Amino acid sequence: MSHPENATEFLKDQAKAKWHDETLWFVRDKRDRISKTIPEWEQLRDLASQIKDNVLVNLASYLEDFERNALQNGIKIHWAADAEEHNQHVLRILQEKNCKAIVKSKSILTEECHLNPYLEKEGIEVVDTDLGERIVQFLNQPPSHIVLPAIHLKKGEISDLFHEKLQTEKGNDDPYYLTQAARIHLREKFLGAKVAITGVNFGIAETGEFVVCTNEGNADMGVHLADVHIACMGIEKILPRRKDLGVFLRLLARSATGQPITNYNSHFRSPSPGKEIHIVLVDNGRTAQLAREKFKNSLKCIRCGACMNTCPIYRRSGGFSYGSTVPGPIGSILSPGLDMKKHSTLPFASTLCGSCSDVCPVKINIHEQLYEWRQEITKTHGEFGKGLSMKLANGIFKSPLAYKISGNLMRAALRALPDSMIYHPLNTWGKSRNLPETPTETFQQWYQKNRP
Amino acid sequence: MSSREKILAAIRGVSSESKSLPEIPDFRLSGDLEEVFRQSILGNKGEMLSKAEFKKWIPCMNFQKVISLSAHFRTTGNLTLPEDPHELEDLGLAILDGQFGVAENGAIWLEDTNLGLRALPFITEHLVIVLDRSKLVETMHQGYDLVGNAHSGFGLFIAGPSKTADIEQSLVIGAHGAKSLRVVLV
Repeated sequence: MSHPENATEFLKDQAKAKWHDETLWFVRDKRDRISKTIPEWEQLRDLASQIKDNVLVNLASYLEDFERNALQNGIKIHWAADAEEHNQHVLRILQEKNCKAIVKSKSILTEECHLNPYLEKEGIEVVDTDLGERIVQFLNQPPSHIVLPAIHLKKGEISDLFHEKLQTEKGNDDPYYLTQAARIHLREKFLGAKVAITGVNFGIAETGEFVVCTNEGNADMGVHLADVHIACMGIEKILPRRKDLGVFLRLLARSATGQPITNYNSHFRSPSPGKEIHIVLVDNGRTAQLAREKFKNSLKCIRCGACMNTCPIYRRSGGFSYGSTVPGPIGSILSPGLDMKKHSTLPFASTLCGSCSDVCPVKINIHEQLYEWRQEITKTHGEFGKGLSMKLANGIFKSPLAYKISGNLMRAALRALPDSMIYHPLNTWGKSRNLPETPTETFQQWYQKNRP
Repeated sequence: MSSREKILAAIRGVSSESKSLPEIPDFRLSGDLEEVFRQSILGNKGEMLSKAEFKKWIPCMNFQKVISLSAHFRTTGNLTLPEDPHELEDLGLAILDGQFGVAENGAIWLEDTNLGLRALPFITEHLVIVLDRSKLVETMHQGYDLVGNAHSGFGLFIAGPSKTADIEQSLVIGAHGAKSLRVVLV
């Protein structure tokens, strides 16, 4: 399904679509307000962007530093060229530990690799422990937003779901009540899991440590009770120095949700005595993206979601309309690199207003890359039937006489033709749009009459 | 070729001009440090208590199980640290010493030596962090200066209680970790 088709589906429930739009705008507004309280905000964005530029140039040596230091700290490192190999690494560790049930905190990378279905096929129970992720997991859905996974659901739907899955009171949709039910349910899972999986927000080359940020504390509840911690990390998550975290932790939560910092920011350097930490370093298309000069700096993304909250298209079409693990503007420049054909409509799901680039904490030129992907896609997949009309228009605009005649014809036609002809399914511009009333005369005619 | 070599070779195959790593300026913060810190903690849905307020609060709560690793409140606990963190399942309160606090966001740094068990500040129902008021810094930059080259196996910034807004963006305090955070400045 294309983005416009999926968006049409989303917009059928107009009240919910309006709520979605307003709620994300509220988050965007919180981001604006808190960023204004930091006088050096723009300087921080520049610094973050420059640090990431440096990372992309020196990525190979930083990865080697990171690996060497992590190994020295007693952490085990696994490299994965693609999603399949990532999943194999995880499965092998679980099999070695004879582990049949795991807890997992939020990791967009494991979503990207489709780890859950892979493990479930092998008979392993995977429990997502972030509240929003647990909710969508109960529904067999992917997250619709990378920071707010269940933002597409209303509390009534969650209440019905928890009534069915967790035996909560029917009709009780109090968020506190529902959260406490999830707390009790997940505590049992935390206490029983021998292996816990987390994502990684930042990996530090000079120390070999990695940082995981949450508000719920679910990542830490999982890993500190389990014997084995598997951290799944995209190779682009590297920062050179520990002090770079000062810049990035100041930007991340403020950009994501408008809060000054996440409540838990855990730095893992070596395992507790008797326990194990594994890091799976994953490529899965990242080196290919790095080789695309125009698109390489999409790899600077720190997954804050600010571009989604601000995007007029994302807010009005929902995360699922993108059909890619990372939705929204950043997803629309990352996903075509993974599968251009499948994601060919995504770079067009934008007004190119540039708001995404304006809020991006690492200053990725997202809207320019959206435009560039359009060029690539039309070169590869043709012009979606717009070629003929463009050629026609070219001929008309070149000749003043042709322009005059066609203008007269069009004005007459638009007045005379029935709506069914004008708002024809082939005229995609007529969808949800009304044409303005046609004037009775041209500007030229008006000028002839009215000039002094 | 192993995946490791393949990935590193692919990265090295991309030619790009060198980009230098910027130095990070020492960004500061204006205002009364303690007041800014207090507002940050309150904003994160934590609470601030004086030593006297804390001593009054504890008996009101009737905690059955309390672990204190704080040098300031050595005798307040009634439980010693177990070997297995699973035994902390019904812990009512943990009292820990923080190393320093960051005024701009209320983040407090703790390391393995402060935690005893890494699960402790998460599995406990309520958490109190005791902080020397002379150990407040302005921004995260000064915070990481203080962390410096310390080599703890685990360290973390805690800035508030466990919270979530995953149901319709309604803020709920007490998701999976501690249901409350109280900071006692001494």
